[in-house]
Amino acid sequence: MSTTILEINNLSVSFDGFKAIDDLNFYVDKNELRVVIGPNGAGKTTLLDMICGKTKPTYGTIEFNGLNLERMLEFQITRAGVGRKFQNPLVYEDLTVSENLEISYPKKRDIVGCLFFKRNQIVRDEIARIADLIFLKDEMSRKSAHLSHGQKQWLEIGMLLMQDPQLLLLDEPVAGMSARERELTGDLLRKIAEGRSMVVIEHDMEFVRSVAHKVTVLHQGKILAEGSMDRVQNDPRVIEVYLGH
Amino acid sequence: MDDFTLAVPAQSASDVKPSGSRAASVVRLLDRFAVPLLAILLLIILPAFAGTFRLGLLGKYLSFAFCAVGLVLAWGYGGILSLGQGIFFGLGSYILAMFMKLESTSADPAAAVFVSEGPPVPDFMTWNSVDVLPWWWVPFAHLWFTIPMLLILPTALAFGLGYANFRKRVGGVYFSIVTLALAAMASIIIVGQQGYTGGINGITNLTTFAGFDIQSDTAVYTMYYVTALLLLASILAGRFILRSRLGKVLIAVRDREDRIRFSGYDPAMFKGFIFAIAALFSAIGGAMFTLQVGFASPSVSGIVPSIEMVIYAAVGGRLSLVGAVYGTLVVGLAKSLLSEQFANIWMYFMGALFIICTMVFPKGLAGILDKYRGR
Repeated sequence: MSTTILEINNLSVSFDGFKAIDDLNFYVDKNELRVVIGPNGAGKTTLLDMICGKTKPTYGTIEFNGLNLERMLEFQITRAGVGRKFQNPLVYEDLTVSENLEISYPKKRDIVGCLFFKRNQIVRDEIARIADLIFLKDEMSRKSAHLSHGQKQWLEIGMLLMQDPQLLLLDEPVAGMSARERELTGDLLRKIAEGRSMVVIEHDMEFVRSVAHKVTVLHQGKILAEGSMDRVQNDPRVIEVYLGH
Repeated sequence: MDDFTLAVPAQSASDVKPSGSRAASVVRLLDRFAVPLLAILLLIILPAFAGTFRLGLLGKYLSFAFCAVGLVLAWGYGGILSLGQGIFFGLGSYILAMFMKLESTSADPAAAVFVSEGPPVPDFMTWNSVDVLPWWWVPFAHLWFTIPMLLILPTALAFGLGYANFRKRVGGVYFSIVTLALAAMASIIIVGQQGYTGGINGITNLTTFAGFDIQSDTAVYTMYYVTALLLLASILAGRFILRSRLGKVLIAVRDREDRIRFSGYDPAMFKGFIFAIAALFSAIGGAMFTLQVGFASPSVSGIVPSIEMVIYAAVGGRLSLVGAVYGTLVVGLAKSLLSEQFANIWMYFMGALFIICTMVFPKGLAGILDKYRGR
């Protein structure tokens, strides 16, 4: 049995002739925590957008657990077990923290299921467990609009945990956070990485070093280098891209 | 004064939170018992004080309140501003009118004179040289066919239309324009196909429903109560939807449609569903309208009535199911009074009311009490 959970082959996408991703091959193993770095415009966010279905590739295949994601719609990809966190925290502001978590519960997501959904003991326990994990158990009945920026980031991570995806895609999870919040988030990410695969985009090198198993450097839509943090940081091409211009 | 300064009072009022005060506890009680209070007003107070004539008028307004309640669901919670609820109101109205017209035609000995064989043909058809009852009219002679059709047809049409658009990610103001165009089409079709629809006059002279005389005083009371009870049932159904997880998903779809897909929901399905429910309510309202006034007319199926329905919901408060009923009653009564006093310019008052309401009270009548709710 293969240990690869995500297999991307010959992936390309162009926007008005500009190739944001150019013939990319990218593989992620089960239970791996991969960090993707690269200068602005390297195609990092576009890569995540294509995995989760937000952007359709011009060419190439994205295989996840034997499913061809490039042919599926966003909500189908989500139901198949891919979770996505965007760069800016996107929570449902008019709902409370616990309601945000409740609608992220990954069952009964059709009309009838929703209409007769019961918040039973299993769901309540799960909501309480996640709220505790994301440091928000005292904010349960607060509207999420009133949370701080960092708390919204946590809530969104919590919503993803509720979804319990096999593959979690995170776009700059510590952006805009204080030093203390970064530290807590780092712990949180290590905790939730257990039992699932993650692809994380991050700029903060110290943070990357503290969480990553393996690092992929993207540049102009192609992979420039891949390997351990030490190897990548000493790669002359990577140094060239980051410091050369 | 520009719109910014006008919008400020409502904004700052919602920041004040004098919770715990006497006013706040009164508002909490009002909120808690909103539906029973409305039921008391509709079922006891209004029938006790309004005469037969006024009660008939109120019953007519209440039939429009179904559309406003539907708009609270679709617009207030689903974010779908439909400017075409008149289409579904009209469908409900016309479908029932077809049944009643066939009933009164078969009871009319004069109608039989014009037809050599087959079922009797309604008078307006003979006037337009349609001598044989069209095949699609025939099954509407039966109540067992008419009632299900009245409920299913508008609902299915709304779902099909909505889902097709929402799936292609046509939403927001673009969908409003689509509904507006459809409302225009609906009235053009009705007026243009005079031989089949009665044209600009509509379908008239409907006097009985399944043998029950709809013009007597007892009938006015009976139909008023039936309308009020159905309206209360619609409100309870709407409340059930909003309190379920579906209600929360709707809010999420309204505020963050792009995000909800990544929570694993299909927003097109949810928007299609709530649009269909709004259409169903409108169709029931349309049927109750025809039953009470004894006709179906393009004047309640086109653009103008559709926009009036939005005004009812906006004045009542687009987030309040109960508010929608008060909004309809207040605007309906104002409309009657103003059109009597200022026959030529009352429409301007309606327009001004809508503008003032959206600018100063964006949450309508229900929102005025918001500052006591600690929201």
